[in-house]
Order: sequence, then C-alpha cells, then structure tokens
Amino acid sequence: MKKMFRGKKYFIEALWEGLLKISGSVTSIIIILIVLFLFSEGMGLFKKNVIEEGYVIAVNKNNPIKDLTPQQIKDVFDVKIETWKELGADVSGNQIVVLRLDDIPNYFPEEEIAEDMSNLPQIISQILDDNPGMIAFVPKDFTQTNFTGKILDLGNINFKDFFGGKEWFPTAQPAHQFGVIPIVMGTLWVSLGAILIALPFGLAVAIYSAELASKAVHKVLKPIIELLAGIPSVVYGFFGLVVIVPLIQKTFNLDVGETGLAGSIVLAIMALPTIITIAEDALRSTPRAMKEASLALGANKWQTIVKVTIPYSISGITAGVVLGIGRAIGETMAVLMVTGNAAVIPHTLLEPVRTIPATIAAELGEAPKGGAHYEALFVLGCILFVITLLINLTVEYISYRNKNKVA
Amino acid sequence: MRRSIITFCLLSLFIGLEAYAQKVKGSDSVLPLSQKLAEAYAKKGGRVTVTGGGSGVGIAALLDGSTDIAQSSRKTKFSEKAKLVAKKRQVKELAIAMDALAVVVHPDNKVSQLTRQQLEDIFTGKITNWKQVGGEDRRIIVYSRETSSGTYEFFKEQVLKNKNYKASVLSMPATGAIIQSIKQTKGAIGYVGLAYLNKEVKAIKVSYDGKNFVAPTLEASKNGTYPIVRPLLYYYDIRKSKAVTPFLNFVLSKEGQKIVSNVGYIPVK
Repeated sequence: MKKMFRGKKYFIEALWEGLLKISGSVTSIIIILIVLFLFSEGMGLFKKNVIEEGYVIAVNKNNPIKDLTPQQIKDVFDVKIETWKELGADVSGNQIVVLRLDDIPNYFPEEEIAEDMSNLPQIISQILDDNPGMIAFVPKDFTQTNFTGKILDLGNINFKDFFGGKEWFPTAQPAHQFGVIPIVMGTLWVSLGAILIALPFGLAVAIYSAELASKAVHKVLKPIIELLAGIPSVVYGFFGLVVIVPLIQKTFNLDVGETGLAGSIVLAIMALPTIITIAEDALRSTPRAMKEASLALGANKWQTIVKVTIPYSISGITAGVVLGIGRAIGETMAVLMVTGNAAVIPHTLLEPVRTIPATIAAELGEAPKGGAHYEALFVLGCILFVITLLINLTVEYISYRNKNKVA
Repeated sequence: MRRSIITFCLLSLFIGLEAYAQKVKGSDSVLPLSQKLAEAYAKKGGRVTVTGGGSGVGIAALLDGSTDIAQSSRKTKFSEKAKLVAKKRQVKELAIAMDALAVVVHPDNKVSQLTRQQLEDIFTGKITNWKQVGGEDRRIIVYSRETSSGTYEFFKEQVLKNKNYKASVLSMPATGAIIQSIKQTKGAIGYVGLAYLNKEVKAIKVSYDGKNFVAPTLEASKNGTYPIVRPLLYYYDIRKSKAVTPFLNFVLSKEGQKIVSNVGYIPVK
C-alpha cells in the first residue's frame, strides 16, 4: 500500500517534469519559427520589381535611355527632373513629358477610346510614337500586343537602395521608395534620448528606495512606481501629445512640438518602472555581510553604496537597463502619437522623427498582403530584431566581464 | 446538465444569427457611417456587422470572401482590379455618400484662401513660408495622414495631381491628432474630413480656377462648387447581390441618406 502511494507520487513528479520540459521546448520552437517567418517574409522584397506590380515604364522606341534608379523615377514623375540631359540621355527635344493613364484624354479624344478599353494599347503606342521625349507609366496588360514603344527593364529592388536610401515613400507611384536610413536613425535617436533621460533618474530612485528610504516612504513609493507600469501606452501618448509637445514647443521656441525629444521623454517615463524595479531588486540582493564589512572598515554610507553595493549588483542593474531599452525601442503607440512621424534624417532631437515600430503599426494595415510594401515592413521588423539582439549581446558580454572582475 | 443545454441552445442560436448577418469591412472613414446605418437597420430587424481596418483591408477581404461588402473611401486600384479579374470575381460599386476634405490652418493664421496650385506647392515642398502666399513670415508645417489612409491617397490624387508629398511632412495616425496638432502649432496646415471640422481650427477657402474661392460647407459640396470632394463606396460581389440588396436599399432610402447627413457626410440622393 505504502509502496503504491510512493509510486503515484513519483508518477506525478515525473509528469510535472515532462510538462515543464515540453512547455520550455515549445516556447523555444515558437520563437525560432517567428524569427524564421519574419526573415522569410522580409527577404521576398529583394525579388520584387522596382516598379509597382502590374505596371511598366515605357519610352519612345528611339530613346537611348537604359536604366533608371527608383530615386530618378520618382523625381521624373514629380517633375523635379525635367530634361533627359539630367538623366544622361540624348533625346530630341530634351524635355521630359510624363504620361499616366489619366493623362491620355489630353492626347487623344476621349470619345474614341473604346468602352472596354480594348484599343488602349494602340493608343498608348501611338502617343509614345508621336512624342519622342515621353515617359509613360502604364499597366503591363496594355503593352503585350503590338506595342511599339520601348519598355525599360529596371530590375529588382536591391540592398543598396534599401539600406542606403534616404527617402521612405512606400506607396509612391511608379516606383516605391524604400530608404530605411531616416527610419533607423529616428529609432536610434529616440531610444538613445530615452535611455539618457531614464538611466540617471531610474538609478537614483532605485538607490534611494533600496538603501536610503525609510520603510514608510518605501511603502508608498513602490506601489506608485508599479502603477506607472500599468498605464496603457496610448494614455502616455495622449498625455505626451497634449502636455509634453506644447511644452517643448514653448521651451525651445520651435515651429513644431512633435519632435524626437517628446518621444524620448514619453519613452523615458514608460521605461522608468522597469529600470527601477529590477535595479532595486538587484541592489537589495547584496549580502548584508558585505555591506556590514564595508561599514565596519570605516567606510560611510555613500562609499559603501558606490564601492560595494553597486559593483556587486551591476549585472542586475544592467539587466534592468536592457529591458528598459527594449521597451523603448519596441514601443509603438506612444511614439506614433508624439514624434510627428516625418521620414527625414534627424540631426538633433528637436526635429520630427519616424521610428520603426511606428512605421510598421501605421502602414501594415493597408499594405496589400504579399506586396513590396508589406515585405518592406517585414524587413523593418528584421532590422528591429537585429538591433535588440545586438544590445542584448553587448550587455550580456559586459555583465559577464563585470561578474568575473568582482569574483 | 441543464445549464449546459441552455448554453448550447444560446450558442447555436447565436451562431445561426451570425450566419445570416451581412458583414461590412474596410475604410475607417466610412466606419462611423456604416455603424450608424447598421444600428438603424438592426431596429428594422436586419443584421449587419461592421469592422474597420482601411480601404485596402476591406477589398482584400472581399477578394478572399471573408466579407460581403467592402467599404472604401477610394476607387479600387488597378492592381486590385487585376486581382479581382484573376479570381473571376465581378464586383459592383455603389456610392453611398460623398465626403469633402477641408484644408485647415491654425486659427491665428491670416491666410484665408489658397489656389490648388499653391496647395500643391505647399504639400510638395516648393512653398515653405507663409509669406509666399500672403501670410506672415513663418515656416509652414505640413501635417498629413499616414500612407495607409484613404484620405492620404485621395488628397494626393486630387490636389497634388499624383505628385509625392515632401519627405518632411508630419504624418499623424488619426484625424483627431491632426486637429490637436494644428490647434497648437502656429504655422500648421493639414486636411481633415468635413465631418471633423470644428472651431479649434480654421478652414481655408479653396479655388481650382484661381478666381472663385469656396469655403468647405455642406451646401457648397452638395451643389458641386467646392472642389475637394470624394465618393464613399460600397463594393460587393455580384453573386451575393441578392443577400445584400435589402441593406443597400435601406442605405439609399430616405431614412438611410438622412443618417448620412447626420454623420456629417453629403447624401448622394
């Protein structure tokens, strides 16, 4: 009887152990799958054509031009580049004339276009033949039969245009502009600003509350800080837009208040509870004996904190900082509301910036699934993932070194 | 036991009702209107569920058959039409209301009228100071909606003649945020739907011919003198037209169109 009982107990323990093992491995597998999914979706972008799907760029058959960059195409269609000479081509007349489908009635009487648009291919061919300086952006279907113009083969989106591009116009026609520099820079600026603000405050509060505060003060302080962590990020964003943005505008006498600094301040407030709680726990974990030994040797309270407590708990403090940075870099809603989201490369924190999470959140809903824009947003996700991974690795390394030093 | 039977009955009833409900999905600009219409329609015994997500999301849902009606604040793009043709879907378009876009500035701004060309130059970055259009010496701060918004596309097509916005445009996630920002930024300019216009911002009179400047009012957009007007559309599969017709008839009825003007849009009938 007793033996059987023991067997049952053993069985339950084994069951628990198995369950824990399974949940651990399932979680790891899911994380790996998510990362794989992220990268496989993102890499599809570099197999996509520069021109919007289903469309082509065509020119007159005598036009010598062979290749155009996405940037040049955008400038041509925005009428910023007006002559063929600027593109390095010798075309009679030199002037660039842009043709979109909507412009066709300007060249051809609308009554003569068939109801089902079946004669459009001939019409487009004819207009292109008549205008040597014309560049046309037309659906591919209209260039399949009897097309006399020259269709430009512009190739796929390449790494250089993506990672070296300075303009983010994901829905621009005819060519998407996926330049990530302004967005990556914006993310780094805002996060760096946030951590510079949050770190001193967070550490100061953590040290005060772990080492100096009386029990009564600690009892009040702790729940208040934990309450900060429970406020939804949209509320922080709204608070930022209505209070911090006008404040920054007035203080620095700016034209716009929606700046990187506003984002940094909001993020700093949001990262504070994480940094404070984890750093405080780390500080508290310093063995009493070590502190007492320091005090017994004649060191005062301040010297004990700086020379004993902080070095001992440095790995815990860095963990708090990492989690704080992680929250700052990945935070979406609050930043979306206060940074202005202008995709220009920021030179100071007092300019509007656009961050990676804000871009993904704002644009993914409308990006056609499987399209270039959709995949570009996944690549942004990959970049974000790599940035956080790098930060984590750096901090792991630092705390590992520090641990060895203390030991 | 008894409780589980009751739950089961309620659940099956719920699922049964849900199966008959028409689903409307898509543009966030049309969302408030569709919701009001669905509420009124429910009082008459019909069931319609409405969700947002953006015009593109609605049309994508129509493509894979997860919605009956796609609501949209823009016409279908060529790429979307091509996908519909590829899937052999015949889709019908129905205009349920019109929406006017108002160009708004800070209430203290002295400029009160602009031509289309001036608007284009401001939004594409050729004009950067208010003194170039007759205002005081102040930098122009341009606010816009996010690229995902139907309003963004519409303004780009209609006012900017398909040119791109300048890169330094501040994009806001919602119309409410644009109003809030313009209210607190002296050199600001932006655009909002007519329904969102209030006293905290000043609406600009717009002219397309350079002579007649028209203020964005319900009247002016109804009689066609105000130029920046777009249709709000429903798209549905022809094969499902029998199922959706009662709701569409209600939308176009006198009662439905009254709701349209109550929400702040312009009736089509």
